[in-house]
Amino acid sequence: MITLSLVYLLAGLVFAAFAVLSATDRANAKRFGNALFWGLVAVSFLFGDRLGDVGNGVLVLGLALIAGFGLLGRGQPATTSPDERRVLSERFGGRLFVPALTLPLVVALGVLVFKPMQIGGQPLFDPKQATLISLALAAVISVLTALILLRQPPLAPLQEGRRLMDTVGWAALLPQMLAALGAVFALAGVGELIGQLVTAWIPLDTRFVAVAVYCLGMAAFTMIMGNAFAAFPVLTAGIGLPILINRFGGDPAVVCAIGMLSGFCGTLMTPLAANFNLVPPALLELPDRYSVIKAQIPTALPVLIANVVLMYVLAFR
Amino acid sequence: MLTLLGVVVVVVGFAARLNPLLVVILAAFTTGLFAGLSPLGVLAAFGKAFNENRFVTVAYLVLPMVGVLERAGLQERARALIARLRGVSVGPFLVAYLALRQITSAIGLHSIAGQAQSIRPLVAPMAEGAVEASTGAPLDADARQAVRAQAAATDNIGLFFGEDIFIAIGSILLMVGILASSGIVIDPLHLSLWAIPTAIVAFLIHGARLILFDRRLRRKAGEP
Repeated sequence: MITLSLVYLLAGLVFAAFAVLSATDRANAKRFGNALFWGLVAVSFLFGDRLGDVGNGVLVLGLALIAGFGLLGRGQPATTSPDERRVLSERFGGRLFVPALTLPLVVALGVLVFKPMQIGGQPLFDPKQATLISLALAAVISVLTALILLRQPPLAPLQEGRRLMDTVGWAALLPQMLAALGAVFALAGVGELIGQLVTAWIPLDTRFVAVAVYCLGMAAFTMIMGNAFAAFPVLTAGIGLPILINRFGGDPAVVCAIGMLSGFCGTLMTPLAANFNLVPPALLELPDRYSVIKAQIPTALPVLIANVVLMYVLAFR
Repeated sequence: MLTLLGVVVVVVGFAARLNPLLVVILAAFTTGLFAGLSPLGVLAAFGKAFNENRFVTVAYLVLPMVGVLERAGLQERARALIARLRGVSVGPFLVAYLALRQITSAIGLHSIAGQAQSIRPLVAPMAEGAVEASTGAPLDADARQAVRAQAAATDNIGLFFGEDIFIAIGSILLMVGILASSGIVIDPLHLSLWAIPTAIVAFLIHGARLILFDRRLRRKAGEP
């Protein structure tokens, strides 16, 4: 059975290669900072399970200090110039799209075909991780397709990958750090505390007010926690279940489904959902860190209001 | 009550645009220490959770493929392709991508597209190309940033308001679990069906915004 540990091994080796290539990049004045940063990520993927909890904590502290003290630069691997790219794009033509489309095809194949497959009674993919395993497999196959079809130098994927990785920089690790922060918040009971505050201070005696507080609360709480999954159990236990479902007789499926989607409206508006909101501006080289959030707010707010109306109308038919 | 100070640290730190990695560590220690953990206890809890969430960072495995294709001219090709399809304007183009993203996510294929593997190499250059083809002039820096941000936003919105229609997604399983722990047994299919009305509303609202965005860009380009 293929499990996540194989994917981690692959990721560890790729980040280790980024680290080594960074260290040899004389064009980057901060090359050792980059090498150390990506090297620590490689160590986390390769040996994370053997470091122990405090060991992993020290590793994270190292990452944060390198990033916080501005020790990360941007590598300058030799790549093609804009003019060369125009010539190449003419020469390769439609073939350029083949590897880019191979990736989604292999992911789809993995999720739809390989996931249910069994060999000798054993599942081929760890069913819980099938999507990530498919994504890793697709990444490898599409790189090989690109190398063969476009006759690129064998080191190009790692050098170009490092160029993009440096473009994203420390923001790449922020989603994982925030997930860990969520765990510390959960340990300290931050969610329950906020849930108690909300229910203690806001009168929920009419159906409409209760619906509005639940939906807006899901969005606001998701913005604070960065994740609708963290907000959902707290507000559903505080408002959704006791008041909307039990007192007012709301349909649990409608209350929960639309409640969760109200949380997603919050996800669109918070920098704490870093992988959706802060990584893309880095990846697209946008000067304003919050440009994607600003583009999303005018959609998120009307959808949130629509959710309040939809829940009010649909949950109490 | 003082454990909530961690939340305050996050809000203030992000608003002040301090390095977010440091802000996160600071917030973890603030909340952890006020919750009665020792400094070493906080470090261990944070390290353990960081290690358990490594799967979040696996997505960057697609970058080598994206980088090689950029080296070989994919962005230029994507831009040329959309310019050749005369009449494809940025608004309808992004609306089509929104629909595609919602539909594929709704059938469980949420990982076939994404910011790194689709927006940077394909969708953003095509959107820029579409604007340049319709206005006949290269984009200025502000407009380019707006188009790219809108492409990234469209991917997120398509994903969020599509994936919840798929019955085996994490959020649906979480809802089933929470309801079950309160003695309410519910078919995941019902939860996914009730995600459809919001999905339609989100498509209409964001689609309308994309069309207006397109018009605004044209009007600006038409000005002398």
